[in-house]
Amino acid sequence: MSRAQPRRDALWMGAAIAVLLVALLSSRWWLGDTPGQMHFDARLAAPSLDHWLGTDALGRDLWARTLAGLSLSIGVGSLAALIGTFIALGMALLAMLGPRFDALVALVIDTLLSVPHLILLLLIAFALGGGTQAVIIAVAVTHWPRLARLLRAELLQLRHAPYIAMSRALGKSQCFVMVYHYLPQVLPQCVVGALLLFPHAILHEAALTFLGVGLDPSQPAIGLLLADAMRYLSSGVWWLGLFPGLGLLLVVLSLERLASHWRHAL
Amino acid sequence: MLTIEHLTLQLPYYAPWWRRRWAEVLSDVSLELHPGEVHAVVGASGAGKSLLAHALLGLLPEPKRQTGRLTFHRQVLTAARQRQLRGRELALIPQSLDALDPLVRSQRQVSWAANRAGDARANAWQAAGQALTHYQLDERSKQAFPHELSGGMARRVLVAMAHVSHAQLIIADEPSVGLDPQQRDRVLDALAALARQGKAVLLITHDLRHALPIAQRVTLMRQGRCVETAFASAFQGDGDTLATDYAQALWQALPDNHFGVTPTAQAQNVA
Amino acid sequence: MQLIATFAVRLLRLALVMVCVAAVSFGLMMLSPIDPIDAYLGPQMAQVSPEQRDLIAERWGFNEPPVVQFGHWLGQLIQGDLGVSHVYNQPVSEVIGQRFKRSIVLLGSAWLLTTLVGFALGVVAGAREGSLLDSIISTYAYLTASTPAFWLAMLLLLLFSVYLGWTPVCCAGPTGTLSQDVGLATRLHHLILPVMTLALVGIATITLHTRTRMIALMNSNIATHAFAQGASRWDIAWRHGIRHASLPALTLSLASLGELFGGSVLVEQVFAYPGLGEATVAAGLRSDVPLLLGIALFTALFVSVGNLLADTLYALIDPRMQKVTP
Repeated sequence: MSRAQPRRDALWMGAAIAVLLVALLSSRWWLGDTPGQMHFDARLAAPSLDHWLGTDALGRDLWARTLAGLSLSIGVGSLAALIGTFIALGMALLAMLGPRFDALVALVIDTLLSVPHLILLLLIAFALGGGTQAVIIAVAVTHWPRLARLLRAELLQLRHAPYIAMSRALGKSQCFVMVYHYLPQVLPQCVVGALLLFPHAILHEAALTFLGVGLDPSQPAIGLLLADAMRYLSSGVWWLGLFPGLGLLLVVLSLERLASHWRHAL
Repeated sequence: MLTIEHLTLQLPYYAPWWRRRWAEVLSDVSLELHPGEVHAVVGASGAGKSLLAHALLGLLPEPKRQTGRLTFHRQVLTAARQRQLRGRELALIPQSLDALDPLVRSQRQVSWAANRAGDARANAWQAAGQALTHYQLDERSKQAFPHELSGGMARRVLVAMAHVSHAQLIIADEPSVGLDPQQRDRVLDALAALARQGKAVLLITHDLRHALPIAQRVTLMRQGRCVETAFASAFQGDGDTLATDYAQALWQALPDNHFGVTPTAQAQNVA
Repeated sequence: MQLIATFAVRLLRLALVMVCVAAVSFGLMMLSPIDPIDAYLGPQMAQVSPEQRDLIAERWGFNEPPVVQFGHWLGQLIQGDLGVSHVYNQPVSEVIGQRFKRSIVLLGSAWLLTTLVGFALGVVAGAREGSLLDSIISTYAYLTASTPAFWLAMLLLLLFSVYLGWTPVCCAGPTGTLSQDVGLATRLHHLILPVMTLALVGIATITLHTRTRMIALMNSNIATHAFAQGASRWDIAWRHGIRHASLPALTLSLASLGELFGGSVLVEQVFAYPGLGEATVAAGLRSDVPLLLGIALFTALFVSVGNLLADTLYALIDPRMQKVTP
């Protein structure tokens, strides 16, 4: 309830979640090839001590596959969020160059926002012909407009600030004003924006792979694991559907909470 | 009617490293309000006038530390009794005009106040109409949204909301702020009229000149303390009958009274 | 007068945005490495001679430069011809029309449920910030905001259809029955789970937004003044809160039609509900370019109209926007 609390909380949460993310990302190395190993004696096995979360139809360990899938999701999500943030920042700065650029950027933003995210994702993934790269680019391209709109609004308020007029009057170049006045003002927003994009990017990556347009089927992405689980759902194989989604939920939830804590703290 | 004895109020603030400290915003405030009287509390901003008003009504948010004794009609005014009496026996005319809901027409807002004071809905609507007429608001203004009213009219809607509650004690927080002289006099007259009906009016203002024409007693506040309580009649001539240097200095510093800045006043201001 | 003028400007803007959407989606289709003739032929690819391929390319205009093709497509579009879907072997406009009729029931009921329940929960939570009820509602909202819709759909399907057997496993009606023979009760029965999924996930945004509004109101001068009049928290929430929070909630839910549609694509996929969402996925996976383009345009129009309504609502309803201070 106290006003000073959010900063401290954000720090702790940030540390805890960073550890979690690093552990998940590094799982690729310490898991080795377990996600792909097939155990034909234990196909569609329910969770047990041998296979904590059970196995799939080819006897592959779901725990290892979920970890690998989350690691992939985090990798794809963070890259997409990063690229998206850069596009947003670039577009917002571009809009500052003059009214024509501003109108152009606004039109691009409006256009991209008017197509539902998932449809746009499908279109872009289709245009790029699928694969991990296509997913990253699709997620980045669909997610920047909201952040760009926010940054643009922020910068528009700055444009008429007296110190910027002063800086111009003193003969500073457009470039100088961009780098030394505009950029520092929106950097904190960018950090929070990237953090907020991250969980969304992960969710959309999963959705895209679930629909089967995304990643290469040999990679254990969460969406693919769940799409696979769909086939065994009616025979009551609950673990294949439950656990990968639960893992995804936990990762997204912790990122989401972290992002909103940081937003309040900054 | 209302007695305040040794009221002390502390509110929290946060020092570095997330340590909570307490700041004393009201110290040992004692006052007595009588029926039929306008009692003015005068002080600069930050003197704790509005906090005093909110403390009397029990509107301050937790966490807070409050000591001292409030008595209303010879009964101790506890938090529970404050909640019971708010809007019925105790009414507030708030300082800011954004206390009016911008999405509700005036008459409806006033009728809600009447309804909250215990009137049935139909009666409340009528009472609201009458109260607004009483404060010279025409039919058009009654059906207007707050942003369509002038500052003086909105202020009178706020007074009407206190009026319909039939409260015995009315606390008016800076009712004259931001009004032109004519509108200001109208609002102040309305308060004086409420006192003539036998109610007690606590008038909070930063301007001594606004308080003197209608107030019977004046309490000067400074940095959360009561400096002096005097009869309004004491503020005349050179103010020799005033007990404290601060009161005298304040009186003499008014434009009509040779703008005097006495050495004491300077010292006080620096402090 | 001014209202009409702003509305006209917004409509023009909408038309401009739609042209841009058309250009962008067409550009994306051109970019695709997937050969349109292969996609058109499907499995018969191997049986077709090069001469026949050339004939098809000429017939469909695939050999012309992209700009000419775009102009051609746009010209047809203006005449209302969206082309033919090779997946469904029907004109695109017919496919979209049929599919949308099924989807609108799903989308409409989910939208209504989301807006009403989300708003109510937000008001209740925000009226008493920090109370037990608030914690429960906020936790629920935070949780569902991070839940993938298709995963929740799977869990519900597993629980209600597979284990409990209360709801059907798939589709919009019993398999093997023609859609016109399906009764209303059966239709509704098949709709329950998809609607529930969309609503359960969609509520979060509106609840959190309304809650924030309510908390701001509860800490405002308006609320303090009402407390001073002896009002209870619920009185304030009921009289002032609903007035202040309902318009933003409605605006938000109109502006998030895109997310709702995205959710329906996934949910229709899980429940094999033959709506527009399912057709979208089929078009994407089987490279049905005309259908994909048609759906992109249609949904963009759908979302833009939602946004337009959201923008105009404020001007129409909020009294502060109507008259100028005298």
